[in-house]
Amino acid sequence: MIGIIDYNAGNIASVQKAVEKLGYDAVLVDSPEQINACDSYILPGVGAFNQAMQNLAPLKDALVTNVKSGKYLLGICLGLQLLFDKSYEDGEYEGLHLIEGEVVRFPEDAGLKVPHMGWNKLVLDRDDELARGIDGHVYFVHSYYVKPADSSCIVMHAEYGVDVPAVVRNDNVVGMQFHPEKSSNVGMKLLLNYLEMCL
Amino acid sequence: MITKRIIPCLDVRNGRVVKGTKFQGLNDVDDPVNLAKFYSECGADELVFYDITASAEARDIFVDVVREVANNVYIPFTVGGGINKLDDFNTVLRAGADKVSVNSSAVKNPQLIHDAALKFGSQCVVLSIDAKYNEERESYDVYVNGGRVNTQIDAIEWARKGVELGAGEIVANSIDTDGVKEGFNIDLLNRLCDAVNVPIIASGGAGNMQHFLELFQQTNADAGLAASIFHFGEVQISDLKQYLLDNKINMRV
Repeated sequence: MIGIIDYNAGNIASVQKAVEKLGYDAVLVDSPEQINACDSYILPGVGAFNQAMQNLAPLKDALVTNVKSGKYLLGICLGLQLLFDKSYEDGEYEGLHLIEGEVVRFPEDAGLKVPHMGWNKLVLDRDDELARGIDGHVYFVHSYYVKPADSSCIVMHAEYGVDVPAVVRNDNVVGMQFHPEKSSNVGMKLLLNYLEMCL
Repeated sequence: MITKRIIPCLDVRNGRVVKGTKFQGLNDVDDPVNLAKFYSECGADELVFYDITASAEARDIFVDVVREVANNVYIPFTVGGGINKLDDFNTVLRAGADKVSVNSSAVKNPQLIHDAALKFGSQCVVLSIDAKYNEERESYDVYVNGGRVNTQIDAIEWARKGVELGAGEIVANSIDTDGVKEGFNIDLLNRLCDAVNVPIIASGGAGNMQHFLELFQQTNADAGLAASIFHFGEVQISDLKQYLLDNKINMRV
């Protein structure tokens, strides 16, 4: 069973519907017991880093323990950023330390609009089962992006002044900076690739 | 690089789409969910739904529509109309909307933008501005209440203030060009793009495919929004996007 972490992080119904549409069952989970009972996870997220970490606090230990035992986790958008060591969004805050690296704001002087909002093309960095059959655009909306300490975890990126890590993977820990559940057919295929990997 | 966006706008009254007509192979053209699915399949990058009803009962119907759209359409969509307080944001976001647009209510109470951005994030707060040219001042005034009341507020200043308060995107509705079908208001859009650093959605004036090309060639706007030309089938979204791509505009096709 796939558990969608329910920690008051915005539009999680869309994620659940997308997973169900692909023929998988997903439950919303909001307690350590429920988290322990799941086989894999999706961590959605909209809003600010610090608030999200605070909301996640009661579930954090259970989630991290299960993921470190090998269960798959997919972080989406802010959920991806939470996987990292720390973020500089409105201060300096610690993340889940599941992937080494930091979360930084887009440079203001690059002449680019912030947030990075809209459809951007995915560029392949390395072969991975997550990226199989993927060619096209996905929907981004974010003002901060991740800088992994080890760039070999980047499976795909998008270009927006800087190379924005879009799909990252560290063994069983996966992140997508865009919203696959809002990215039409390409997004659904990426979600499906993740779900098939979890089996 | 990021693509320019094409956004059809749907006005919803009592749970039905107003002015949806000519669609081949679409039986129930007034059904917002059907139409949303159709547009999504044609390549629409986003959708905007405006609730043009006022009564509380109709409001509940609209929220049901939002929920149904969210359950069936896998592209982002914005909801506007009748958003007056923080609680209204909460209601439509919980129902599945990705972004919420405010217009008159934000002019009356700018703090609403700030509070909503703080609570739900800037990415979901869209400031919609109805602007009309003021010949005396050679600038644009902000209008409210469906374009009926001139607030005398400068539209560019209001956009700046809105972004400072936390708006993550701006919809610029040009009253001068709206319904005329002679093209978007390039002057207004250039002034806005120079003033703020968030995405700008151009609205009002699209009459043919070339108007979108002019929009993206002559301004730094991120998206073009239109209603009737899509609803009446005058312009097919898939044709429009191919045409723009052929003319070197970055598009998702």
